[in-house]
Amino acid sequence: MAHVSDPATADPVLSAKPENRVWKKFRSHRSAMLGGAIVTFFVLGALLAPVLPIADPIATDWGAVRQAPSAAHPLGTDEIGRDVLSRLIWGAQASLLAGVVSVVIAVAAGVPLGILAGYFGGWTDAVISRCTEALLAAPFLILAIALAAFLGPSLTNAMIAIGLSATPIFIRLTRGQVISVKAEDYVDGARAIGLSTPRILTRYIFPNVLPPVLVQATLTIATAIIAEASLSFLGLGQQPPAPSWGSMLNVAKNFLGQAPWMALWPGIAIFLVVLGFNLLGDGLRDALDPREH
Amino acid sequence: MLQFLARRILIAIPTVILISVFVFALQKLLPGDPVLAMAGEERDPEVIAYLREKYRLNDPVPVQYLTWIRGVLTGDLGMSLRTNQPVLVLIGQKLPVTIQLAVMAMIFALVIGIPAGILSAVKKGTVTDYAANVVALSGLSVPNFWLGIMLILLVSVRWQLLPASGYVPLSEDPVRSIETMLMPAFVLGTALAATLMRHTRSAMLGVLTSDYVRTARAKGLAERKVILKHALRNALTPIVTLTALLFGELIAGAVLTEQIFTIPGFGKLVVDAVFNRDYAVVQGIVLCTAVGFIVMNIIADALYFVLNPRLRKQ
Repeated sequence: MAHVSDPATADPVLSAKPENRVWKKFRSHRSAMLGGAIVTFFVLGALLAPVLPIADPIATDWGAVRQAPSAAHPLGTDEIGRDVLSRLIWGAQASLLAGVVSVVIAVAAGVPLGILAGYFGGWTDAVISRCTEALLAAPFLILAIALAAFLGPSLTNAMIAIGLSATPIFIRLTRGQVISVKAEDYVDGARAIGLSTPRILTRYIFPNVLPPVLVQATLTIATAIIAEASLSFLGLGQQPPAPSWGSMLNVAKNFLGQAPWMALWPGIAIFLVVLGFNLLGDGLRDALDPREH
Repeated sequence: MLQFLARRILIAIPTVILISVFVFALQKLLPGDPVLAMAGEERDPEVIAYLREKYRLNDPVPVQYLTWIRGVLTGDLGMSLRTNQPVLVLIGQKLPVTIQLAVMAMIFALVIGIPAGILSAVKKGTVTDYAANVVALSGLSVPNFWLGIMLILLVSVRWQLLPASGYVPLSEDPVRSIETMLMPAFVLGTALAATLMRHTRSAMLGVLTSDYVRTARAKGLAERKVILKHALRNALTPIVTLTALLFGELIAGAVLTEQIFTIPGFGKLVVDAVFNRDYAVVQGIVLCTAVGFIVMNIIADALYFVLNPRLRKQ
């Protein structure tokens, strides 16, 4: 149980507010801070893309096709003379947006369903849980590819497809958490003093579900970014000429002999940003885990 | 054991039915009227009416589902629009290729992941442990299709050691076949190796502090024997079941790996089907992988049952 707002139950040694304790622990976690720094770097790059002094990411230059890295183009140019660095920075927008939006979809759909299933049990639980199991049976990427195929290829549909494919993870996680929390004395107490069900759910259940959901969400952003890159690589995500790391790699694989730099940087970018979210998620898990102090 | 299996299969039935409903519902997501697309440019009303009748699109949706599921149960997953072959035949043709890839990838994953996990657990807190963890986390963070591209760049383009693509069936020329599959299997295997390494490490750490390992040490057994015979045997139980569960990841990973190395397997079939708007094939594949995953789950449970003597005696 984390984030119980009753100070009387808090350990006197840990009398600091739980939020401060978590932050302190998180800050001393070196790999988590590294993850945070990597993520911040990419977020800043994505946000500042319009004001940075970089070339137009979709401006073609037939006089500078597949040029090796130079002063004018620090990471080289692609098959139709576009600046790779600029496309990389603008591509961060698509990747981060896809990672965050699809996880928001998964959390927004998964957490309420998980709370319903866990709190009410019975038929509600049976129906929601069977559906979750059925969805979990299809491999994440296969499900996302199938959904993206039927919805039609676009970045928005890729985000919907990835979000829906990730929803069962959050239903299952939330449900398990709710089942363990609802047996706690303070929830019994809340029921005994006659609080309404919505109030119990929002005041007592939800705050306890939040920490593990936050950890899972961070780790799922990493998975979602790889999934978006995979879908874009297959041509089911961001459509040309708009830049995305996955579609850059898709083109780059045809020019490996002549222009290896085209394949190098988008992959490194995906790797770093995914590593960043993974480190951040692991760090959050350690910081929010009340068992280890 | 039989009773356990029977119960496990019974529980799986509603899940399989739900999966079939979802897969059927996929086609309802399609924007626009599929018949209009099939009828071509002229949109002849007679042709449209004929197609509607042929595909039973005038029936209510539940009836359409029942017609479809009746076909599925008798092995009729529909016809591929592109090749005009039954979907089941297509899947049957491509599956052996992907199974070869998956088995080879699994060998790479086991050979890398389990020793690395043992080493990391035995040397907990040392540089070796730290390095193994960094490598595992990197393995989980690197998109495996990019790893494939980089390997092609180095091994095929630069060093010209292995072919970048091309598939030779195992029955035709086993040596060439394994040679062409080496790189794709390595790429697919590394991601799984990372997962296996992390699980082996935590399972070993749990076992190494247990009483019987302490007893074995107290008896004066060599440390090597304690680790390999007493600890590893028990730590492997959850790993065996995990290996069965990694099936889903293998199939999903195969989609991209096959795309990069142009291997004509199950994964390539999905991607080609998606681009040719060959929806029956996409549906058939989702259905088959989901059912396959459930079967693997049951196998994993059965293995756990067999490997765990305490469960068996109950």
